[in-house]
Amino acid sequence: MLIDVHAHFFTERSGRTDWQERNASRLAAGERIGVTAHVASILGTWGARSPVYFPSPDDLRHANDRMATMCAVHPGRVFAYCVVNPNYSDVALAEIDARAAAGFVGVKLAASRRATDPLLDPIAEAAAARGLPILHHVWQHRWREWPGQEASDAAELAVLAARHPRTTFILAHLGGGGDWQLSLRAIRAIPNVLVDLSGSGIDCGMLERAVETVGVHRLLWGGDVTQDTALAKLRYLDTLGLAGEAMDLIRHGNAERVFPAGCFR
Amino acid sequence: MILDTSAFVGPYPFRHLVEHGVNDLVRHMDRLGIDRAWVGHLASPWHRDPAPANQELVHALRPLAGRLAPVPTILPGLPRWQDDLARAREHEAPAIRVFPGPQGLAAAGPAVEALVRAAAAARLPVLLTVRFEDVRQRHPLDHTPDLEAAAVRTLARLDPQVRLLVTHADAAFVEEVHFGLTPDEARRVLWDISWIWGPPDDHLARLLTTVGGDRFAFGTGMPLRLPDGPVAKLDLLDLSATTRRALESGNVLGWRA
Repeated sequence: MLIDVHAHFFTERSGRTDWQERNASRLAAGERIGVTAHVASILGTWGARSPVYFPSPDDLRHANDRMATMCAVHPGRVFAYCVVNPNYSDVALAEIDARAAAGFVGVKLAASRRATDPLLDPIAEAAAARGLPILHHVWQHRWREWPGQEASDAAELAVLAARHPRTTFILAHLGGGGDWQLSLRAIRAIPNVLVDLSGSGIDCGMLERAVETVGVHRLLWGGDVTQDTALAKLRYLDTLGLAGEAMDLIRHGNAERVFPAGCFR
Repeated sequence: MILDTSAFVGPYPFRHLVEHGVNDLVRHMDRLGIDRAWVGHLASPWHRDPAPANQELVHALRPLAGRLAPVPTILPGLPRWQDDLARAREHEAPAIRVFPGPQGLAAAGPAVEALVRAAAAARLPVLLTVRFEDVRQRHPLDHTPDLEAAAVRTLARLDPQVRLLVTHADAAFVEEVHFGLTPDEARRVLWDISWIWGPPDDHLARLLTTVGGDRFAFGTGMPLRLPDGPVAKLDLLDLSATTRRALESGNVLGWRA
């Protein structure tokens, strides 16, 4: 079993004509790699009608609807995060409520509001109440504002996670281009933050440091927008001499633990 | 045969690397079935005079001369830089490297142009690196600009004998250069695949069709990046054995000749 905890799909409103081809490509590459479950989200309309990281209520409802469709078309293979924008609290909470009831397995927070902001508190509580982990987009070491998003870094996510010890957070894409060394330090002592290894970055030393710093019990495998680098990391992990049980945790065991019980069976 | 055109040994100024020695490089090559590598000195782009590092590189690789070939760094503009180029030829370097960003040179300025012309006259390809690290992860003191596509176009147009191997470029960069050159000029440029995305966006698959399967070479970026990356990219493509061989080494060997 191999669970990709960070996948994305597109819709007809994603502003690209090749959206179906990209979705098909993800599933086909997943088959080659051996992915048994894609846990995915759609970030609104990917910038076509509202910004990628600040999706409008209409766009995120559309995106969550389409994720529901993807799950229905690929039962047991595609699983959904409910995407919310904390700036629209009522919509966010209503979406979490409705989508959790419909079988969504997690909540996705992009970068619409800093992780330290109190507006994230009700979302963190709602997720915990439903047993859903939150995949939080993270800019590894955000030392300045970047356009297009109100990004948070691991230190900021750690503040939120410390405030909500009952909520499980997934630090998104450790390999997503940033100072992963800082991220690992920042969340080392925050046990309710797990690390998703996805991202196009495949720095030498990153995986060893992740294993060393947070331990295999807190690592999750994923692809995000580059499945080739995900495969590379999976293969490299196999060479690190980890026990079979440790590899199983990273491949699927940790995901099975933090997502709703039995959802991948 | 797999030839890694973009490997290094030596420390990196902005990040601790656990494995940056020759033995580390060879261990990873063995692990992945990489037969040969063109190897640069990773710290040399920041040296005021890269000659001592080049010497160290040649010395370190000598015991594995059939497998590892030195790709010395040249700093044009340095007094008697031509001697360093001559030394590269003496050491049978398959190519040379210049790093305009870290070396503080205008990428298409007179110094780099002079080097590229001299290398062309000496029938030596020039390796250019777009970036070492993603801009999002740079050290606060690392303000090195990425190589600009416009500079690659300018350099490629200098002389019919120019050969540029551009490493660590993404798809947009490749396309901007390739389609901004005449077909003759475009044949002077090869691209390593290490930073080009695979599925689901399938940039590499697209480029192999649009730019051409003969324009790409295998490169890893070791020891900064896991060499498993480019291998995985190829494994996720539906390639004929012939195309795969071309990407793994055939293109670069034929292009040099």
